[in-house]
Amino acid sequence: MTNQTTHPKAPSADNGKISEQVVQRSSFELTMRRILKDPALLTAVVFIVLLTLFAVFAPLVAYWTGHDPNTQFRETGMSPFGLPVGPNHEFLLGADQLGRDVLVRLAYGARISLAVGVLAALASALIGITIGMISGFFGGWVDVVLGRIMDLVMSVPFLLCALALVSVFGPSLGLSIGVIVFFSWTTMGRVIRAETASLTKREFIEASRSLGAGPISILIRDILPNLSVPIIVYTTMMIPSSIVFEATLSFLGLGITPPTASWGGMLADAGANSVYLVAWWLVIFPGIALLTSTLAFNILGDGLRDALDPKGRRIKPRKKKSVLSGWLTSRKTPEGGPNQ
Amino acid sequence: MPLIEAHNVTIRIPTEDGIIYAANSISFSVEAGEVFGIAGESGSGKSVLMQAITGLLPGAEISGEVLFEGRDLLKMSQQELQALRGSHIGMVFQDPLSSLHPYFTIGSQITEMIHAHSKVSAAEARAMTVDMLGKVGIENAESRFDDYPHQFSGGMRQRVMIAMALVLHPPLIIADEPTTALDVTVQMQIMELLDEMRKSFGTTIIMITHDLGLLANIADHAMVMYAGTRLEIGATRGMFSAPTHPYTLGLLKSSPSSETAQGTNLVPIEGNPPSLLDRPQGCIFAERCPDVQALCRSTYPPVQIYDDGAEALCHFVPGDKDMVLPARAASPDHASRPIVVDVQDVRLTFTAKSGFGKKRSIEVLKGIDLQIRKGETFGLVGESGCGKSTLARVIAGLIPATSGEVTLDSVPIHSVTGERWRQMRRHVQLVFQDPVGSLNPRRRVGAIIGDPFRIHNVAHGEEQKRQVQELMEMVGLNPEHYNRFPSEFSGGQRQRIGIARALAIKPSLIIFDEPVSALDVSIQAQILNLMHELQRDLNLTYLFISHDLSVVRHVCDKIAVMDAGQIVELNESDRLFADPQHPFTCKLLSAIKDPPPLAGNSDRRIINTRPASPNAVMMEAV
Repeated sequence: MTNQTTHPKAPSADNGKISEQVVQRSSFELTMRRILKDPALLTAVVFIVLLTLFAVFAPLVAYWTGHDPNTQFRETGMSPFGLPVGPNHEFLLGADQLGRDVLVRLAYGARISLAVGVLAALASALIGITIGMISGFFGGWVDVVLGRIMDLVMSVPFLLCALALVSVFGPSLGLSIGVIVFFSWTTMGRVIRAETASLTKREFIEASRSLGAGPISILIRDILPNLSVPIIVYTTMMIPSSIVFEATLSFLGLGITPPTASWGGMLADAGANSVYLVAWWLVIFPGIALLTSTLAFNILGDGLRDALDPKGRRIKPRKKKSVLSGWLTSRKTPEGGPNQ
Repeated sequence: MPLIEAHNVTIRIPTEDGIIYAANSISFSVEAGEVFGIAGESGSGKSVLMQAITGLLPGAEISGEVLFEGRDLLKMSQQELQALRGSHIGMVFQDPLSSLHPYFTIGSQITEMIHAHSKVSAAEARAMTVDMLGKVGIENAESRFDDYPHQFSGGMRQRVMIAMALVLHPPLIIADEPTTALDVTVQMQIMELLDEMRKSFGTTIIMITHDLGLLANIADHAMVMYAGTRLEIGATRGMFSAPTHPYTLGLLKSSPSSETAQGTNLVPIEGNPPSLLDRPQGCIFAERCPDVQALCRSTYPPVQIYDDGAEALCHFVPGDKDMVLPARAASPDHASRPIVVDVQDVRLTFTAKSGFGKKRSIEVLKGIDLQIRKGETFGLVGESGCGKSTLARVIAGLIPATSGEVTLDSVPIHSVTGERWRQMRRHVQLVFQDPVGSLNPRRRVGAIIGDPFRIHNVAHGEEQKRQVQELMEMVGLNPEHYNRFPSEFSGGQRQRIGIARALAIKPSLIIFDEPVSALDVSIQAQILNLMHELQRDLNLTYLFISHDLSVVRHVCDKIAVMDAGQIVELNESDRLFADPQHPFTCKLLSAIKDPPPLAGNSDRRIINTRPASPNAVMMEAV
C-alpha cells in the first residue's frame, strides 16, 4: 500500500515484447515533453530569444554598423535629392527620411517595445491577480464593488482617455506604461476572479478553513499556487497586446518622445509626408518586427496553455497498425487463436 | 443461440503516456432474455469494453470479434452502428442528470430517437412514448410528456432514460451503472423496473456495476473483470457463494455485509490495481493475490473450466477453508463514557433572497438532538438531501446554526469568535468524501499534513517534518513520500493523507463525511480497517456519515437515521438492524442487497484447462 506510484516491472529477458517500463513522470517533465513536441511553440521561443538578444545588444549593433541610432547621415544615408537610400551594404535595412540607420533604430526600438511589453504585462498581472483574488474569494458586496469597477474601466474609451492624459502630462515612457496597465489589468482580473470563485468552493479550501486557517493564509498558500497556469498564460498573452498598445500610442505621437526610436514612432515617421511611397523599407521592416514579435508572444501563450493545461487533447490513433492488425486478425482467428 | 457473443476482444488506447491496455482478449456470450453482469472496480475496463462494442470509442485499436444477431459489430461502419444503436441496442447511463438534455422536453428527446430509426408520424411517436412512459412507472405520462428534465427527480429521470432505451423494443440493453448515482430506495425500484421490463419484453440486459450485492440478486450470469482482464465468468449463484478466483473471493470478503460483524476487521485486498500501461508477464492479479506462488508471477495462468460452467483465469483451485469470515465480536459498552459532543435542538434555515422583496426560507435541519460519547463511532445515515452533511458542518462549526446549541468538550461552539474559534478547530476535524478534491493539488503531502502544525503553531521545521512522518507511518503511508504531490497517490492513499491531516492536532472528534463512498470495495476495506485500528489505539471518537447502510452497520456503535432534516430513529447499531421501528428505517433496510453467504462448493470439478495469453491476438498481428 505504500509504493504503488511507480510500477517497476519484473525483468522479462526471455520475452522482449512486453518489456515496456511504466514510468511516472512529474508534471514538469510532462510539460517539457509537450513543449518539445510543439514546433510552432519552439519556433516562437527561438524567435523571442533572438529578439531579446537583438534588443539587449542594440549598442553592439550600433558599434558594428558604426551608426548611432539618433545620428543623421545626410551624405551617405540620403540621395542627392534628399530621399533616403534603400538597403545597401552600409545601411543593411536602408535609412530613414533623416538619414538614420533603420537596423540600429529597430534594435533600439525593440528595447522600448520589450521593456514596455514585459513591464506593463507584469504590472497589470499583479493588479489583476490581487483584485481578482479578493473579488472571487470574498464574494458578496466586495465582489459587486470590484466587479463594477472592472466594468467601468472596460467601458472607458482607451484612445480618448490616453489623448487627454498625454495632453495634460506630456508624452513619456512612464505615462505610456501607466495607461497600458490601467486598461489591461481587467482581463486578468476577470479570469482570476472566476478561477478563484470556483476554487473557493473546492473541498480542500473547506479543509483548510476547518483547520482554522485565516483568509490570507488560504489565499496565498491554497489558492495562489492553483492559479499558476492562468497567471503564466495570461501574462504571456498580455505582452503582445501591450507591445501593440505602445506602438499605437507612439504612432499617434502620444508615447515615446522623438528622437528615441520606437517601432510605432518609426511607422508614424514613414507615414508622415507619404515618404513610404518612395521608401518601402520604412514601413516593411518595423511592420514585420511588430507583427512577428506579437505573433511569437501569442503563439508562446497559446502553446503554454496547451502544454500546462492539456484538457481535451486527443492522441491520433496509430492508423496504419490498427488496420493491419484488424486485417490479420480477421484472417487468423477463425482457425482458433490460442485463447479460443 | 446467444444474442451477443464476444471473442478475444482486445482494446488498446494510445495516449500521451503510452498505450493503455484497456481490455485483454475478453470473451463472453449472453443468451437472449438473461441479465448478464459485468463486475469490477473502477479502471477495470468494463465500461470501455461496452463502449468499444457499441462503436463509441473512436481512437482506440480494437481487435477480436463481437457477434450480435450473427453480425460482427467490430467490422461495421459508423453508419451501420448508428442505425443499430437505439433501435437494436438500448443504453442506460449512470448519471440521468447529464444524459438528458436540459433544454428539451423529455417527450421530444424520446420521440427524436423514434424518428431517427423509424418512419412514423409525430402522433404515433407521441403515442408510443406516452405508452412507454406509463409502463416505466411515470404517472400522468400524457401530461408529463412536455415536462423538462429538471422537473423530474433523479429516480424519475432514470425511468425516463429506461423508457428511452426501451421505446423501440431493442433486443439488448446495456446499462452502465444505472443505479450508482441514486439513493438506495430508488435504486431498488429501478432494478425492479429493469427486471419487470425484461420479463414483459424479453429484453436481454448487460449490466455493468461495481456492486456485487446488487449483481448477485439480479444477474443470471456474470463476469468479473480486473485491469482489463476477465478473471472469472459463470452463473452468479455459484460465483458468489463459491468463487473460483481469489480476486472474486477477495472482493466478497472485503465488502461489509450482514455476515461481517461490526467491530471486526474486514479482509481487504492489499495493494492497488495495477497500471494499465504495463502488462506483467504472469498473472495480472499476482501482486495483490493472498495465495500468490512463484508460478503466478512467471507464467500467464490458464483458463480453468469447471463442470458447472464457471471459468477462472487462475493456476490454482481455491479451497473451502478460504470461504470463512472472521467471527463476530461483542461491541464494547460506551454508555458510561464522557460525552464529547452534545447537540441540542439544532435548527438551520437557509433564506434565499430573490431580487425583489419575496424571501423564501428552507428549513434544512428541524430540531436535531444527539450525544456522542468518547471512543464511540456514531453513524448518521440518510438519503441525499436529508441534511446529514449540513449537520456535520454545523457540528464542525463551519456553518452557524440558526437556533439550538452544539457543545463540544463542554464548550458551546457558536458563542466563540476570532482567536477562540481558531482554538476550537483543534477539537473537531473533518475527513471529506472526495479524496481528490479535498487535497490541494499544488502542495506537497508534507505541507498538507503539516498544515495544522503550522496554523496552530505546534511545530516548525525539522520537528514538524518528524511529526508529519510519524503520522504518515501511522496511517500506512511511506514517510519517504513526504515531498510528493497528491496526484502521485492513488485514491485510497489520498484518503489516508486526509486522515493523517485530521489526526495531526489530536482532535476530540473526527467527522468522516462519506469517507469511502468514492473508493472501490477492496480499497474501502483498507480504509475502514485503518479507521478501526486508529480508534482502538488512540481512543478516538468518530461521527460517521454515509448513505451506505452495510458500511455503517460495519463500523458504527450507534446509528441515527435522518430523513428530511430530522432524526427519525436513533439506536444501538445491532438493535436498529434487528428491530427497526420507524417505517423509513424499514424501507432503507429492505433496500440492502447482500450477496449470498460464502459457502464453498466441494462437489465442483475442473473438467478442462485451456492455455490463455493476454497477447494472443496482438502477437499474430505484429
